[in-house]
Amino acid sequence: MEESAASSDLVRSGDIRATARLISMVEREDPSRLAALKALHAYVGNAHVVGITGPPGAGKSTLTDKIVSRLREQGRRVAVLAVDPSSPFTGGAILGDRIRMQRHATDDGVFIRSLATRGHLGGLSRAVSEASRVLDAAGYDFVIIETVGVGQSEVDIVRIADTVVLVSVPGLGDDIQAIKAGVMEIGDVFCVNKADKDGAERVVREIRSMLETAVLNGATTRFTPLYEARAALTRLDGGRASGGDRAPGAPSAAEGAAHHLAAAVPGHPNLEIPPVVATVAESGQGIHDLVDEILSHEASLVATGFLRSRREENLAWELGRGAAERVLSALEHDGRKESMSDLARAVLDKKIDYYDALETLERALTRS
Amino acid sequence: MNDNDAIKKGLEAYEAGAEKSISKFPERKPAFATGSNSPVKRLYTPLDGAARDYLRDVSFPGEYPYTRGVQNTMYRGRFWTMRQYAGFSTAEESNKRYKFLLAQGTTGLSVAFDLPTQIGYDSDHALSQGEVGKVGVAIDSLADMEILFDGIPLDKVSTSMTINAPASVLLAMYIAVAEKQGVSPDRLEGTIQNDILKEYVARGTYIFPPEPSMRLITDIFAYCSRNVPNWNTISISGYHIREAGSTASQEVAFTIADGIAYVDAAVKAGLDVDAFAPRLSFFFNAHNDLFEEVAKFRAARRVWAKVMKERFGAKSAKSMSLRFHTQTGGSTLTAQQPDNNIVRVAIQALAAVLGGTQSLHTNSKDEALALPTEDSVRIALRTQQIIAYESGATETIDPLAGSYYVESMTDRIQAEAEAYIKTIDDMGGAVKAIERGYVQQEIQDAAYSYQMDIESGERVVVGMNKFQVKEAPPKGLLRVDPIVGEQQSAKLAALRAKRDNARVDAGLAALKKAAEGDDNLMPHILEAVRAYATLGEICDVLRAVFGEYQQKVIL
Amino acid sequence: MERKIRVLVAKPGLDGHDRGAKVIARALRDAGMEVIYTGLRQTPEQIVSAAVQEDVDVVAMSILSGAHNHLFPRVMDLLREKGVDDVLVIGGGVIPDDDIPGLKAAGIAGVFTPGTPTTETIEFIKNNLKRGD
Repeated sequence: MEESAASSDLVRSGDIRATARLISMVEREDPSRLAALKALHAYVGNAHVVGITGPPGAGKSTLTDKIVSRLREQGRRVAVLAVDPSSPFTGGAILGDRIRMQRHATDDGVFIRSLATRGHLGGLSRAVSEASRVLDAAGYDFVIIETVGVGQSEVDIVRIADTVVLVSVPGLGDDIQAIKAGVMEIGDVFCVNKADKDGAERVVREIRSMLETAVLNGATTRFTPLYEARAALTRLDGGRASGGDRAPGAPSAAEGAAHHLAAAVPGHPNLEIPPVVATVAESGQGIHDLVDEILSHEASLVATGFLRSRREENLAWELGRGAAERVLSALEHDGRKESMSDLARAVLDKKIDYYDALETLERALTRS
Repeated sequence: MNDNDAIKKGLEAYEAGAEKSISKFPERKPAFATGSNSPVKRLYTPLDGAARDYLRDVSFPGEYPYTRGVQNTMYRGRFWTMRQYAGFSTAEESNKRYKFLLAQGTTGLSVAFDLPTQIGYDSDHALSQGEVGKVGVAIDSLADMEILFDGIPLDKVSTSMTINAPASVLLAMYIAVAEKQGVSPDRLEGTIQNDILKEYVARGTYIFPPEPSMRLITDIFAYCSRNVPNWNTISISGYHIREAGSTASQEVAFTIADGIAYVDAAVKAGLDVDAFAPRLSFFFNAHNDLFEEVAKFRAARRVWAKVMKERFGAKSAKSMSLRFHTQTGGSTLTAQQPDNNIVRVAIQALAAVLGGTQSLHTNSKDEALALPTEDSVRIALRTQQIIAYESGATETIDPLAGSYYVESMTDRIQAEAEAYIKTIDDMGGAVKAIERGYVQQEIQDAAYSYQMDIESGERVVVGMNKFQVKEAPPKGLLRVDPIVGEQQSAKLAALRAKRDNARVDAGLAALKKAAEGDDNLMPHILEAVRAYATLGEICDVLRAVFGEYQQKVIL
Repeated sequence: MERKIRVLVAKPGLDGHDRGAKVIARALRDAGMEVIYTGLRQTPEQIVSAAVQEDVDVVAMSILSGAHNHLFPRVMDLLREKGVDDVLVIGGGVIPDDDIPGLKAAGIAGVFTPGTPTTETIEFIKNNLKRGD
């Protein structure tokens, strides 16, 4: 595959057109993309991947625009993948997130790409992770994935991120409920945008109290393993990291880890919750704090070594999903789609039971 | 049996008869609608106005709620101001066009500025490339403004300026030119558009975010009420909202909601409502549906009068009177068979006159193709003169009053507009509704369905989707010489070299300080203008302090 | 997977009349295309850069201010500078017939004046794409 080798070389050299085209191939599941992706594999892993998600109308694009500006001030190269839904009726889409970021269009250090969901969210989360790897290999220091987070499938899209920023806003009422329902657990940094609106403080308080409840109940969250890893380091380090009385000299691993400014849960000095940052993206208020939190989360992940475990976990999840896709596709390619309906009919007719049907499929797989 | 019962019985009999005819000869369409897609009944009768109280809801010309007009003699006293919007290329060229228009019988000037001027960029700014002098005249400094009004005595004309975000700068330039002619500001008459809210939703020449923009506007209100008392400090514009695709009711609703926001801001800034409200003016569109448009103007007057009286407690009749300028609908003109546009413009202009407009611009037939030529501008102006002198429509006041159809449509538009205003109030007012994108969404949806109706043929546009002919390309269109950009840049370079730059710097520094605090900005802008600071320099100072607006795009 | 037509809808220059651009954006979406809208006041540099990053098949521009003779060819020049030769570029707005041959010579494949039905633009795009699988 000389063409794909050439394409991957161009991507690595930072060629914008080649990068954009490879992402198009990823989007349309062009099989010939695989050679290029394989060739890029060795160069993936340097970018920090940030997911930004939250309900519609939370101001995510404006927030992303301002985060990009801040990271550029610090000399980082940034890529953005902005995801918008396709119309379920026509398959078309208007991708409007770019409007807010268009002032970065002529900055060579910024790459912005709009992606449509194209009907199936499962395929999209694969496309996003592949596109993210392409941009990583192209040398961007940050890859920001911006998407509406309302359900589990959208959550899967940001699942591949190293740092997830969950955005909320006052005045939407119901979205707090959505967050309560479990999306909450996927955040590393919490942002309450449009903080100049009435009710912003209340949203901050509610998020904190939900996080505290989750931690006290020992819920499985995205952030607790990091805090546990850090607490372990702190113990090793003689407790210097968590207090204000830092020892002179080079920062220890625990100190690096402590940069992520978690707040203690009241009455439980050993339990921590992630930061909740108030921002007004429109005016830029709070953006420095938000970016600092993202960077310190990155530093914590690196210092604790937890970055590797998180990526392992993410990859294992992706592999699982990829495997499931392949199994299904193998069964379907084998002309099994019909036999699956046959099996379903047989189960309904009580000729066989559900487990018999599964075993039949399993046998079909091992045969192939 | 009272009258209404008798009419009701008669109507039922009529409808039964009509249905019988229809069963043999169907009507042209299953349902009929106005130009704004509101249902139209087969027949209107006194029953449609049963709830209307003449004295309360219609009343007399010059009396609350001003449904029939804002003056008690209307066109029997004097005709509307025939004001043709014009301006292109350089100040020299536009000055010639103004003198031509005055010689043709125009009674007021209306200045069109080019886009760089409207967005506060000098002609030599990178973003100005290709735009200088294109849609209006390029004004970079007081020097250009002096040329623009050379030989035109400012105490003898009234001048309307279509300028919004940098309205204070252009007004200051106008005042400074008047000073040089020896005309004191209290003798100046005219209008600045100064309506930023509709720029955010429909027209796009915004610069600053809403909050500082509202401050600039209230600063003008306060300054003019003391120093330029005969100046219309704002022209709250539905014109562009309609051009962006809204319906007639939305045009009234969103314009008046914007008006409420300006009055609110001024009252919050400590101004007495009756001190500034008499100088508020409006600007509406006139489309092809003659009766609906007349009803729209009548409804707008009634809605505004109620708002000013009931919401703001205005006492002065002038505060409650909605005075408006009308322009015929640019978006109704077709590039195909452009002569047909003359007829459209005539109908639209008649609607404005029957609706009681205070001034009128009639579009030229070639405006869907390019800037109008002198010939087509003359026809447009003649259209107004024919209506004024020959049609008879001006001999009595509000001649369509009492039409069952027009009165009932006036009521409907009022009700629809008030419902929108209520929704916008619930969102916290026009500024909030615009920030949320609500107004934009409503307009956008109406625009899209209008377009789809044309494409499906449900809505006929003569010459465009029906009765087409093969046409040769039109000849003799007006073109702006691309050299204008270079000429303006050269003028700017010369100006910067010869003016007193220390005075410019001092003026700009004082303006910056005032912008950071809460002084009225008008005197500082006027001082900078007198020193020949350029429009771009002044706006850059304000951009640095206020920031720039980011468009809220709704699709 | 079916190839999606991706279109950049852009407003170059300073005019703020985006009714036409928005209507066409919606119509293209309803025709199953993916539309990236840039918003107002775009420089030719911004448009070309967005077109490359978004890897679009079509760039559709709308101008009502009369600056088309300056801005449309400038976009074509920049595309050529970046070696992009397989993107269909079309323009619309208040454009006198006399200007159309010059714009076409500069590489603007289709010019659509007021009154053009959206269906005509959609058909033109579908029939004139410069790339495909």
